[in-house]
Amino acid sequence: MKITVDEAKCCGAGQCVLIAPEVFDQRDDDGIVVLLQPEPDEAQHAAVREAAAVCPAAAIDLSEHP
Amino acid sequence: MSVDEQVLSYPIPNDAALEPPAEWARLRDKCPVAHVTLPSGDRATLLTRYQDVKQVLADPRFTRLLNAPDAARLSADEDGGLFSSEMAAIIPDGGEEHQHWRRLVGKWFTAKRMSAMRPQMAQIAEDLIDDMVKRGAPGDLKASLGFPLPVYVICDMLGVPAADRDRFSYWSDTLLNLTRYSKAEVDAAQAEFFQYMSDHLAAKRRQPGEDLLSELIAAGGPEDGGLSEIQILVTGMALLVAGHETTANMIGKMVSMLLADRSRWERLLADPSLIRTAVEETLRFDANAGFGLPRYLKEETEVSGTVLPRGTTVICSMAAANRDESAFDHAEEMDLTRSPNPHLAFGSGSHSCLGQALARTELQVVLEVLLRKLPTLDLAVPVTELERVEGLAVGGLRTVPVRW
Repeated sequence: MKITVDEAKCCGAGQCVLIAPEVFDQRDDDGIVVLLQPEPDEAQHAAVREAAAVCPAAAIDLSEHP
Repeated sequence: MSVDEQVLSYPIPNDAALEPPAEWARLRDKCPVAHVTLPSGDRATLLTRYQDVKQVLADPRFTRLLNAPDAARLSADEDGGLFSSEMAAIIPDGGEEHQHWRRLVGKWFTAKRMSAMRPQMAQIAEDLIDDMVKRGAPGDLKASLGFPLPVYVICDMLGVPAADRDRFSYWSDTLLNLTRYSKAEVDAAQAEFFQYMSDHLAAKRRQPGEDLLSELIAAGGPEDGGLSEIQILVTGMALLVAGHETTANMIGKMVSMLLADRSRWERLLADPSLIRTAVEETLRFDANAGFGLPRYLKEETEVSGTVLPRGTTVICSMAAANRDESAFDHAEEMDLTRSPNPHLAFGSGSHSCLGQALARTELQVVLEVLLRKLPTLDLAVPVTELERVEGLAVGGLRTVPVRW
């Protein structure tokens, strides 16, 4: 799984950080998403998919390897 | 819809406190772009489908500029109501300016900051529950816990004294209630509130604290990358109002929904790891969410195959959209494990609720503490006796009688 985030779209809702705090963070100075792990471990995949699905700004994109 | 079809009154009358009106399903199915009449008598267009509501809320052509001359008035008063007030126009509506405002303020509402406030929130919840228990059952969970907790938290973040909370409650209510107050009362409340916040900011300028407003002042004016004085003032008022009625009412509704079928409560007692998804599901399931979000259309566009002319006022019913079977399996059932749960309770897109991480954290903490301290909690009246607050832009229950 490879994650990309769109900082311009991000509205700082923080859902990704609440759901997958090991993969996502927010910058202290403006609340915008910070990607901690662009290719997270398998154990994180379910949480990452959930975070991407509920992002209110659709700012998280996933490409899943076969 | 055909021209002879009856025009629906909006908000749709509904006596059931926790159940959706029957019209929602019919509207989603047969009339997703519906003509409605508002309390003011003006016409608007109601959207109830998930895809439509999600799309419109994220579309910058649908603005928040409800003070446009041809926008529908929500309430009977000329400029009554929070959404159409002049004040709402002071916060930039879109583009880079809005994003700039959003990021300056949003840094105070990050998930990490909210998580750091958990112990403090839990302590407030514990104290409030202890007080309620001391007074004896039955108690009103709304007045004892649901209302004071978010108010204490937002007052602390803004550096305003919680001792003034009765005044804030009144001001919030007059700004958010669409039918209960006369124009004179709303105007007087707004003027008092404006003066209060103005004095508060002057005091913060003299003696800065470690709160959000002091930091917004310290960031300087627009020339320094900060906000203008009036923007800081309106931001303070907006956050205080937003921090009052929304989560305050949701706590009571959340607990009522979970106790209405006590097997839900028991499931959470047995497995508190479900608290996070349970909170999201109560947000989705909330059929008494209030007015919805109004938008004013600046240019002609199309929604669900219907052309909406420029100047249309659209009402997005997120609560109706959240029950859309095409977006949620078994949408009419409450599933405490539902995941993902992309409900629209906080809106969608660049204007989605700024305080959503705060609200989520408060709801999770309240539920955690209640399950731990009052596992025997139950409603003290039949669900059918719960009553809605009427006229409020944000839906709520008048009281939530509980025993334990």
